[in-house]
Amino acid sequence: MDAASRPAQLPGRCPAPERIRGVFLSLVLWLTGATVLADTWSDVRQRGSLRWGDDAEGGAPYIYHPPDQPSELIGFEVEFAAALSAKLGVRSEFVQNNWDLLIPSLADGSHFDVIIAGLERTPENLAKVAMSRPYFVFAQQLVVPTADTSTTGLADLRGKRVGVLSASSSHRLAEDFAGIDVRIYQDNVNYFSDLELGRLDAVLTDTPIAQVNLADRPRLRRGGPPFAPGTYAVALRRGDEVLLQRINEAIASLAADGTLERIYRRYDLWSPEQHVLATWQEAERAAVREQRRTLREWRTYLPFLLRAAVTTIWVTCAGMVLAAVWGLLLALIRLYGPTPARWMAVAYIEVFRGTPLLLQIYFIYFGLAQQLGLRLSAGAAAVLSLGLNYAANEAENYRAGIQAVPRGQMEAALALGMSRSLALRRVILPQSLRISLPSVTNDFIAMFKDSSIVSVIALVELTKAYQIRAIDTGDYIGLGLMTAGIYFTISYAASLGARAIERRMHRDPH
Amino acid sequence: MIRIEGLTKHYGSTVVLQGINHAQDRGQTVVFIGPSGGGKSTFLRCLNRLETADAGRVTFGDLVMDHTAIPSAREERLLRQRVGMVFQQFHLFPHRTALGNVMEGPRHVFGLSAAEAESRARDLLARVGLSDRAGHLPSQLSGGQQQRVAIARALAMHPEVLLLDEPTSALDPELRDEVRGVLRRLAGEGMTMILVTHDLRLARQVADQVVFLDGGRVAESGPPGRILENPEFERTRDFVRRVLHD
Repeated sequence: MDAASRPAQLPGRCPAPERIRGVFLSLVLWLTGATVLADTWSDVRQRGSLRWGDDAEGGAPYIYHPPDQPSELIGFEVEFAAALSAKLGVRSEFVQNNWDLLIPSLADGSHFDVIIAGLERTPENLAKVAMSRPYFVFAQQLVVPTADTSTTGLADLRGKRVGVLSASSSHRLAEDFAGIDVRIYQDNVNYFSDLELGRLDAVLTDTPIAQVNLADRPRLRRGGPPFAPGTYAVALRRGDEVLLQRINEAIASLAADGTLERIYRRYDLWSPEQHVLATWQEAERAAVREQRRTLREWRTYLPFLLRAAVTTIWVTCAGMVLAAVWGLLLALIRLYGPTPARWMAVAYIEVFRGTPLLLQIYFIYFGLAQQLGLRLSAGAAAVLSLGLNYAANEAENYRAGIQAVPRGQMEAALALGMSRSLALRRVILPQSLRISLPSVTNDFIAMFKDSSIVSVIALVELTKAYQIRAIDTGDYIGLGLMTAGIYFTISYAASLGARAIERRMHRDPH
Repeated sequence: MIRIEGLTKHYGSTVVLQGINHAQDRGQTVVFIGPSGGGKSTFLRCLNRLETADAGRVTFGDLVMDHTAIPSAREERLLRQRVGMVFQQFHLFPHRTALGNVMEGPRHVFGLSAAEAESRARDLLARVGLSDRAGHLPSQLSGGQQQRVAIARALAMHPEVLLLDEPTSALDPELRDEVRGVLRRLAGEGMTMILVTHDLRLARQVADQVVFLDGGRVAESGPPGRILENPEFERTRDFVRRVLHD
């Protein structure tokens, strides 16, 4: 790219008044629910490429890195996007984006022009984005362990744990079916692992995903025939009428000339139902649903968020108890243990402080299950990850506290004939814990917020609940304000409580 | 009753104690004086093994501590239970009241019941004149009061010998007398004590014998009258004159 073609203003550099105007404009847009009108087709043609957003983590057969060529990207959607772009006379340009955030990122407009990511053509999605004619027909497929010989449909799964992809048709279907314990995942791979590990009783997914995953997972089988058919379509920004028309023409042509069939056969996905693609007619334009105003309907949304907040609170409390106890033990080992144990404590503390919490969560939830057969529930894994991680910080807080107790205290205790451990228990620790208390309570509040990271492992805590409802309603700000309000109220109450405890400790020595 | 033979200690290449010999009968109070850096504190701390000397032997009655050998943790504890210590900076436990400080040893080292430990502690606080301060935290007491609590805390273990490291040095001059009074009474009651101090008035009040420690060795020793009023050696004379004019 030559320097001249770069946008003249980088977002971070824009002058303050413009930035304020920008914020103001976004606020007005949000309040009025308006959409920016500007057709992307001219950009696509000028640029000479169609930028399509998808999440390569979505997996086979949609988009994936073949195991023998990890730098390549293949999949039926990759090939569909290529054929579509060719039909439009432009290059195909893949843009990686988190699955959960595809639709909001599309609306944001700067990263990609369309979404090609197995996005279902449903009223819910049509309410948020414009959608092309279908390019693929799929259906819902239940997957169960081969050991389960009885399940043939959702009705057999009341009271059972069913894994689904976040914000997918399967997700909505399972939620609407009373009595199912729905577990939400961010991708199409981990729920199969959890099903094999016994953390789930079934997975509800789209037929292509079932097709690929059953091939190399002999311990899983189809739980009955496919049902609830639906279609995938290209998602566009609303108002991109010209681009929509071009894409619709291109898809119709790809369906008619057999290109789609050739692609899908290569992935063993062709079925007679796919003939619909060539003959499809839009029955009626879907009524454009208004973006929900969740603040106005807070009575509906707040209880859901509050229930999730309870999960956040207990995960934090249990995690902190673990961190407080294990951290103290680590600090004592580090300060007073025999040399090899001391080294191990130092190594533990440095490793847990020096690696991301997110990585540790994946390691504990998925890694331990795969390598050691240790199948922790999502809640237990969350508590364990937070506890083990924060224990490293608490160990350092305690150590600082112990070292801040004057040396004369230990000598005075020893001079009374105490053993070292008695002196530690009766004289040093009571003083050092008072010194460490403020840092420990600060960490407790930090952990309360950090607990949002555990949303990556099928645990619906506050942030996850927000994410789910925000994707449902499209109202990131309204729900965000409610969620932030809950976080703030609880952490502020916790810090007031912590200060009260500190004051009491200063007043009352016992 | 106390016999110290050839106590020697180095810090790196610096000689702190150069073979100190000393003997003392039960019920006697001996005061060690001498210039700063003369090894007085180290000498005292070696006696209850808060520090270990390189060589030498210390005997308290039937208890023999050989500093060339490494003692077991149990031996160290037994020694310290029989030899109490009072520090220049008191080192009271700041999170416990005066009463709690005095109860701590009997209650948790000897395993006395709370009631027994408390009645013993109250008697001792009465002996140091602090009955009305039993419920106070160290931070609520004056320096002199804190040092008296520290003496009561050491006495609560019924030690055979009491070691005192500069017990009045951290106190304002007007508070020293209350501590001197307590120590004079203790000496009168026949407590066996070894004191390290710069406080020559205290030395005069309590000492049966004064030892002048200089350069890590005993330069001169004798009854307080002779050492403090009419020392034989030039350095002792210098020291006494300087301290008296401080």
